[in-house]
Amino acid sequence: MTAPVLEVEDLRVDLRTPRGTAHVVNGLSYTVGAGETVAVVGESGSGKSVSVLALLGLLPARTATVTGRALLGGEDLLTMSPERLRQVRGPGVGMVFQDPMTSLNPVLTVGRQLTEGLRAHGSLSRAAARARAVELLGEVGLPDPGRAVDRYPHELSGGMRQRVVIAIALANSPSLLIADEATTALDVTVQAQILDLVERLQTEHGTGVVWITHDLGVVAGTADRVLVMYGGRCVEDGTVDDVLERPEHPYTRGLLGALPDLATDDDADLATIPGTPPPPTDLPAGCVFWPRCPVRGDARCETEQPPLAVVGSARADLPHRAATWCAEGEAS
Amino acid sequence: MTSTTQEVLVSARGLEVHFPIRSGGALRRTTGVLRAVDGVDLDVYRGETLGLVGESGCGKSTLGNALLRLVPPTGGTVAFDGADVTGMGRRELRELRRRAGMVFQDPFASLDPRRTVAQTVAEPLEVHGLHPGRQARAARVRELLQLVGLDPGVAARYPHEFSGGQRQRVGIARALAGEPDFLVCDEAIASLDVSVQAQVLNLLRRLQRQLGLTLLFISHDLSAVRHVSDRIAVMYLGRVVEVGPAAAVAAEPQMPYTRALLSAVPLPHPRLERSRQRIVLRGDVPSPSRVPSGCRFRTRCPDVFEPCPDVDPALQPVGSAPGHVAACHLHGVVGTPVERERPDAPVDAGDPAARR
Repeated sequence: MTAPVLEVEDLRVDLRTPRGTAHVVNGLSYTVGAGETVAVVGESGSGKSVSVLALLGLLPARTATVTGRALLGGEDLLTMSPERLRQVRGPGVGMVFQDPMTSLNPVLTVGRQLTEGLRAHGSLSRAAARARAVELLGEVGLPDPGRAVDRYPHELSGGMRQRVVIAIALANSPSLLIADEATTALDVTVQAQILDLVERLQTEHGTGVVWITHDLGVVAGTADRVLVMYGGRCVEDGTVDDVLERPEHPYTRGLLGALPDLATDDDADLATIPGTPPPPTDLPAGCVFWPRCPVRGDARCETEQPPLAVVGSARADLPHRAATWCAEGEAS
Repeated sequence: MTSTTQEVLVSARGLEVHFPIRSGGALRRTTGVLRAVDGVDLDVYRGETLGLVGESGCGKSTLGNALLRLVPPTGGTVAFDGADVTGMGRRELRELRRRAGMVFQDPFASLDPRRTVAQTVAEPLEVHGLHPGRQARAARVRELLQLVGLDPGVAARYPHEFSGGQRQRVGIARALAGEPDFLVCDEAIASLDVSVQAQVLNLLRRLQRQLGLTLLFISHDLSAVRHVSDRIAVMYLGRVVEVGPAAAVAAEPQMPYTRALLSAVPLPHPRLERSRQRIVLRGDVPSPSRVPSGCRFRTRCPDVFEPCPDVDPALQPVGSAPGHVAACHLHGVVGTPVERERPDAPVDAGDPAARR
């Protein structure tokens, strides 16, 4: 395998809040290979969005403390100067956020917003940048790109806007694309179009993708590997087949059990996870999931934090790991 | 499941909700018509859960509102338990408001932040003069909170002290206060996390059985709709295009739009996802101010053929399940002949869908 595009090691994010220090991300490690999609899954407040905002230096420096390492092409994003970081965002990393209306500037045309990034990171003339913008809009499947380039965001539908955001993110052919709930606000038919588009562009350019989502269906269709977050920790990771078809962590099992399934004709009640996630200002000692865990066993769950340990996998290079004292694969 | 002798509780016939589009100038001239709901025929049977699905802008929320006369219909009729809703006077309308309630999407926006849970839940009791007397009312509020799985001790608290799921329970308790027969749940789980969604879905199903409620469950989440519904109705561009038993619509959709919609729903099974044939529709839904002539789905339909622009399809029996109907000429050209083309409607029908 080639060198990974992104290597995150022991990422930790603390935020200062009026209610005390919030431990939002607590030791997250993962790698993303070229052309690979890693899905980061979790519910609201699990720390999944903050973990990528931290990588890009988008958290307020006054309240956020970020530690660990995040190597992008061998350079550590977390220790980079702001100037260098600005150079890296764009050619190195592209970002797509949830709401295309708020990530686009309403008073600038689509073309202006596309050429801004092109001209900032390249030495294109105005005319050449515009021509490239039209080309990019065509590439993401906007009909009539020659006219769309002069449109304002409000003149486009939600799906079209998200295509524009993707075009901007991919304008400088980044090695890494971060998509944070990029299709959550879209209808399923439009979502299908966008997922297809990202997959095609990824295959063409060998882009590594970090896909942040709460939707396990989207994960099943797009991801190579999955990382499940809870309480700012990775509680389970592995290949998409391992995690979704043979989940080991009680939280992952709970999430999958809570999903209504279109494919089966099952009249039983959905499984639920009682209670609510712990506030990041007051995480439980021991296993972060134990207060809500349906199978919690001995006192160890409450006092000792389980390490992310291998629970079995068909492939040695892609281990299936879970941070739990209650894995069924383990004979304890 | 619903019994064989099905009694209709709510019935819409030719229901239309059209909004005028006005110019921005001082004269505010009407420059067009937005057909949010455009000729809907739909029956909701007593005691059933009818799921209403469709994409943003298809008119499903407006339809829910129009059934309760929260927006005035511009055409057609709505009957509630036999009474004409469109012609109701003030007193009858008030009784309708008691018998038909609504659970809204956003539990943060639909609760008054300055009212305690008790005040919120008691408001319908006051309006309708139910359980008069302070003690009786307080007792009823406690009962309602228990019914939706909240600790009655929370009655004195304010909405901001609750999580999204708890707030949605308060919203449901308020909707149940007047002992309604009919409840419209408009995207009631859309803003909740997966594990909380499951709790609210289970609650709605339990309440429906326990209280014999009739539910219209409006949602863009097809998996959730499939799970809670006895029957499913599919809307596209202001029209109901397919209705049938939930299992039949989910497993054997008979209208190309329903098929595309179902195939686009991502399922949490990696191996299944990789092998699935996904019908990716090209383009966007046309604007409801420029509805294509004939079948309104024809501009994106992978199976479009000659009669589609010329005949407005009517719902007709399809498939093998009783009560399964769809508005599609593939099952026989049935409907109203229309004038061929509105000049502003897109016509191109070549290669409208890409299969992967």
